[in-house]
Amino acid sequence: MAQVAERLQPWVAALDQRPQGAPRWLQDLRDRAAARFTALGFPTVRDEEWRFTNVAPIASAEFKPANGDSARPTEEELAGYLYSDAENRIVIVNGSFSPELTRTEGLPAGVRVGSLAAAVTEQPDVVQRYFGQLADFAGRAFTALNTALAADGAYVHIPDGVVLEKPLHILFVTTNGGAPVMTSARALIVAGDRTQARIVETFAGPRGAVYFTNAVTELVAGENAVIDHYKVQEESFDAFHVASMHVHAARSANFSSHSFSLGAKLARNDANALLDGDGAECTLNGLYLADGERLVDNHTMIDHAKPHCPSHEVYKGILGGKARAVFNGKIVVRQDAQKTDAKQTNRALLLSDNASINTKPQLEIFADDVKCTHGAAIGQLDDDAIFYLRARGLTFFEARDMLIHAFAGQILDRVKIESLKQALEGELFAQLAKDLAEIDAA
Amino acid sequence: MLDIKNLQVKAEGKQILKGIDLHVNAGEVHAIMGPNGSGKSTLARALSGHPEYEVTGGEVLFEGHDLLDMDPDERARAGVFMAFQYPVEIAGVNNAYFLKAALNAKRKHNGQAELDAMEFMQLIKEKSALLDIDQSMLSRAVNEGFSGGEKKRNEIFQMALLEPKLAILDETDSGLDIDALKLVAKGVNAMRTPDRAIIVVTHYQRLLDYIVPDFVHVLTGGRIVKSGGKELALELEKRGYGWLEGDAQPVGAK
Repeated sequence: MAQVAERLQPWVAALDQRPQGAPRWLQDLRDRAAARFTALGFPTVRDEEWRFTNVAPIASAEFKPANGDSARPTEEELAGYLYSDAENRIVIVNGSFSPELTRTEGLPAGVRVGSLAAAVTEQPDVVQRYFGQLADFAGRAFTALNTALAADGAYVHIPDGVVLEKPLHILFVTTNGGAPVMTSARALIVAGDRTQARIVETFAGPRGAVYFTNAVTELVAGENAVIDHYKVQEESFDAFHVASMHVHAARSANFSSHSFSLGAKLARNDANALLDGDGAECTLNGLYLADGERLVDNHTMIDHAKPHCPSHEVYKGILGGKARAVFNGKIVVRQDAQKTDAKQTNRALLLSDNASINTKPQLEIFADDVKCTHGAAIGQLDDDAIFYLRARGLTFFEARDMLIHAFAGQILDRVKIESLKQALEGELFAQLAKDLAEIDAA
Repeated sequence: MLDIKNLQVKAEGKQILKGIDLHVNAGEVHAIMGPNGSGKSTLARALSGHPEYEVTGGEVLFEGHDLLDMDPDERARAGVFMAFQYPVEIAGVNNAYFLKAALNAKRKHNGQAELDAMEFMQLIKEKSALLDIDQSMLSRAVNEGFSGGEKKRNEIFQMALLEPKLAILDETDSGLDIDALKLVAKGVNAMRTPDRAIIVVTHYQRLLDYIVPDFVHVLTGGRIVKSGGKELALELEKRGYGWLEGDAQPVGAK
């Protein structure tokens, strides 16, 4: 225990420097979060939620909390993170809102996007109503850490009835400032009743940089809202990324999430959706790629609290080298949630003998008139399929590429932003080409 | 076109083919018949280069080249086509996309320009009418969710598109109702040309009512025990295979 306490000491010291000067309610929340983190400490592999993901490399590293005056990304770096048909963007550099890099001219009237810190004073009622309400930190150390330390972040408020025709991009970028930094990336997205929007959150940093992104996103989808959310995790291969997204879907809302986890040495993505109104619909899809000795962990939780809510979930992973993955898909169907229709699928493609995955579906059903299915399939490329394609004249390499593209395509094809889809395909297949070349050389 | 000499093949550690001799000329249709477990499908799969079938002896020449020395995809591009007994479902690969890739792989091999989307669709339209292939079969994933009949029609459709020199049909008739059987036979008969050879592997004589072979060979116990003309199939229909099974002497085809 002494060792743990010692290891925690620098973090507690960092928490003592937490942002001050916010309104009372927010300061209280930060104080409670700081106390909670100190009490919880970092999770260990004895914690069921972290059984296969050892965060000791994060806990024992010395990350300095990023401050607001660090360098901006270069033009070239920035260009590499943007998508041509998502011109409206909020850029957060090392946790702080960057007005110079943000572009919001094309948004409809009434839509408020920008700095979360500014919104605390400018739209206090909305922020106070939702901030910290979905991202419960009682049992989550990283969420507590973020809540205590996040001084700023991205804020999006779409008033009732407003439709965003064009996608909105929220870019969290870490810049290389020498010493390894920790950023507390925070987003609050409130989409009112009958709204419609496509929102992309990208997390990125310079190649080879060591840093730690600790992210929390809260997203509210009002009645009848149709929200498409995309998460692109393309951090440096030496970075650590721990993130949770917390979604509240009201009556007849339709929320879909597409998570692409391509970077980081250790990535943990939590996606939690609460279906809290009749007929709310939720899709959680994910595609992840890891190679080398990297680890990617996806934990999802769909909480069916009300009747007639369908949920669909497909997560797919491609693993090479000695990469490890974790998938934990929890579906809760509460007593009220009759006529729930929940479907979960998890598939992983292991390109090498040394790659591995731990996968666990977790169904907790308290209602009696429901339909819940889950399935997992882990394996290598299908030899029969390869032979079939070769018997039609495709080379082994062409056949393999076709099957891998098909595997990833089932998730990529649902991306409804063309330039984002192309960027993801480019990134994914460039990485794959490198992994496959290594396998072929061996 | 195809010269098989004393071909011996092992599958799952068991010697299945114990010395097959078969000579097939361009323009001929040969039927290979035999009871279950006789090695008919092993012969078809070994010719296509299936990795689970190990050739332990003999040789196979295709147009004078050593077929056994070629990878499965080289054989395909050289003009050997096998219609699978159990066509493989390939999730996520669109059937039309797959067909185009296969066709262009072969065209590239032959030094022809790859077909563009328009030319490809035109060709598809032309060939699909013959086999009653509808649009939905083209837009779905390869064989995924296809009925048994649709899968077999899709095989023959691929054969029609790829126009092989040598086509091997591995129990294409199994599990087909009479209407599907007639369609498949129509597709195959349309491809009978003086420069193409077809080997029909079948358990039942019924298919041979519609695809009339020039030669019939009976395979039992890993050897061809009898060869003859189309009337041999009718005799087998009447008498079964029992009267031939004692005859273990290898009999070379013509």
